[in-house]
Amino acid sequence: MIEIKNLKKVWEDGVPVLKDINLTIEDGDIYALVGRSGAGKSTLLRCINGLTSYQDGSLKVDGKEIKEFKENDLREFRRHVGMIFQHFSLLERETVYENVALPMKCWKYSKSEIDTKVKSLLELVGLSDKINVRPRTLSGGQKQRVAIARALTMDPKFILCDEATSALDPKTTNSILDLLMEINKKMGITVIIVTHQMEVVRKACNKACILEDGKISDVGSVKDIFIRQPKSLQRLLGEDEKNLPSTGHNIQIAHMMDSAKDGEIFGNMAMELGTVFPIISGNIQNYQGEEMGVFTMNVPDEHFENAIRYLDNHGFKWMEITPSCSEEE
Amino acid sequence: MTLSNYSYWQIFQLLIVPAFIATMKMLLIASVFSTLIGFVLGVLIVVTEKGGLYQNVVINRILDFFINTIRSFPFIILLISIIPFTRLIVGTSIGETAALVPLTVACSPFMARIFQNSFKEVDPALIEAAKSFGASKPQIIFRVMLKESVPSIISGLCLAIINLLGCTAMAGAVGAGGLGATALTYGYQNFNMKIMYSICVILIVLVAIIQYFGDWIYRKLK
Repeated sequence: MIEIKNLKKVWEDGVPVLKDINLTIEDGDIYALVGRSGAGKSTLLRCINGLTSYQDGSLKVDGKEIKEFKENDLREFRRHVGMIFQHFSLLERETVYENVALPMKCWKYSKSEIDTKVKSLLELVGLSDKINVRPRTLSGGQKQRVAIARALTMDPKFILCDEATSALDPKTTNSILDLLMEINKKMGITVIIVTHQMEVVRKACNKACILEDGKISDVGSVKDIFIRQPKSLQRLLGEDEKNLPSTGHNIQIAHMMDSAKDGEIFGNMAMELGTVFPIISGNIQNYQGEEMGVFTMNVPDEHFENAIRYLDNHGFKWMEITPSCSEEE
Repeated sequence: MTLSNYSYWQIFQLLIVPAFIATMKMLLIASVFSTLIGFVLGVLIVVTEKGGLYQNVVINRILDFFINTIRSFPFIILLISIIPFTRLIVGTSIGETAALVPLTVACSPFMARIFQNSFKEVDPALIEAAKSFGASKPQIIFRVMLKESVPSIISGLCLAIINLLGCTAMAGAVGAGGLGATALTYGYQNFNMKIMYSICVILIVLVAIIQYFGDWIYRKLK
């Protein structure tokens, strides 16, 4: 379990990067730290394995305060925390085998132990046939698989992913996420994913924390965040609000497709209220196998009260969005 | 007796071959020593840099100043000005052995910069990755930084050794002999074109071989 309390960090030049972060990551989670570039998510991730320090507050991994580790204890601790990176960080001059074996070599495992482990991990990530090639000849997805195998060599409890899929195409991203989800499920490894890609959060993560400007602006289960559609999420998605009609009310509804069919909401609503509202935007997103619809409709002033009463009565989560929404703080 | 009493083949055997051997000896020994010293200096200057593994601004500045100072001497001046130091180290200020000291002193800072530049090219993300799985600092230096920069170091060493070959020509100033000194005394001062151009050809071939070898190893390792 990772417990972060009142964590603060300031860069050497006095610029604050993390401002009062409070967060708990339970064992077995696939936890997303999302935010735009510069929000501090990668820095927060690096605080977890001590690659960077923090000035104030506490960050405990399984009850141990990271800041209090001496150098050797920190090295020992890092054995249990694997990490993968955006640009894979593999030794270009070494073979795939040597790359995966490197952490174990640094920790002086026996040759036979290394050999068995490396081969079984390469089989797990599906690269047994690439064992003796150099990373240069591999595709991005394959390189990340090698990096994942390397991160798993010392049976970590946690895996930290720093924008691990940001340099990959959507299909490869999915396959890497499938692998991470498999590792999470089969080995019980807690996965912490730093990303700016919402597809990654939707597909793989059960909990998420949205970081904005060094602060947490929203935290909770991914399903809950996507249904609530908080402003921080909308800012992150960068939805273009400029095309919204300036008259009437723009109402956004987010719902899981198993609870209602989209046609039914609007159809029933039109029947009950005796009028049809134009749908301005709508999309259906896949959230870990479930479909979730997000629709925006334009309701004229005179029907507004009836419309929201209808939505409330039928238990729909709705919110009004205004064209200036994205500029608001 | 003048040189004209000898055949070209005799001159070649009596003058050029020993000179070639002397040059090669100086080149090899000075290369080995300056590579070792340059490696240590290069590692030190990189790890003490701001954000380095053993950040230490004071040591970094001192090393930087030291390297720059030695590199600002033209070799012929350095050769003469460090004679007392040479005498202290090898007990003599004349001959091949005496030339080794200034050659090493001149070449080490150059080597240090080559190592420094090669190490700096190593992606910092790789060092971070090594830290993330708990590699120790010496492991990071030898297993990551050194290992990844070997090809770049090889091509740099090649450059430094060719540069060193140029320096050995001036070692004649302290009576060290070698190809440069022979070309000067017999070729230039005695107006012997044959000796002069024979040595030029040898030097050209030597440089070509060093460069070719360096490139070959580079390609092999890259």
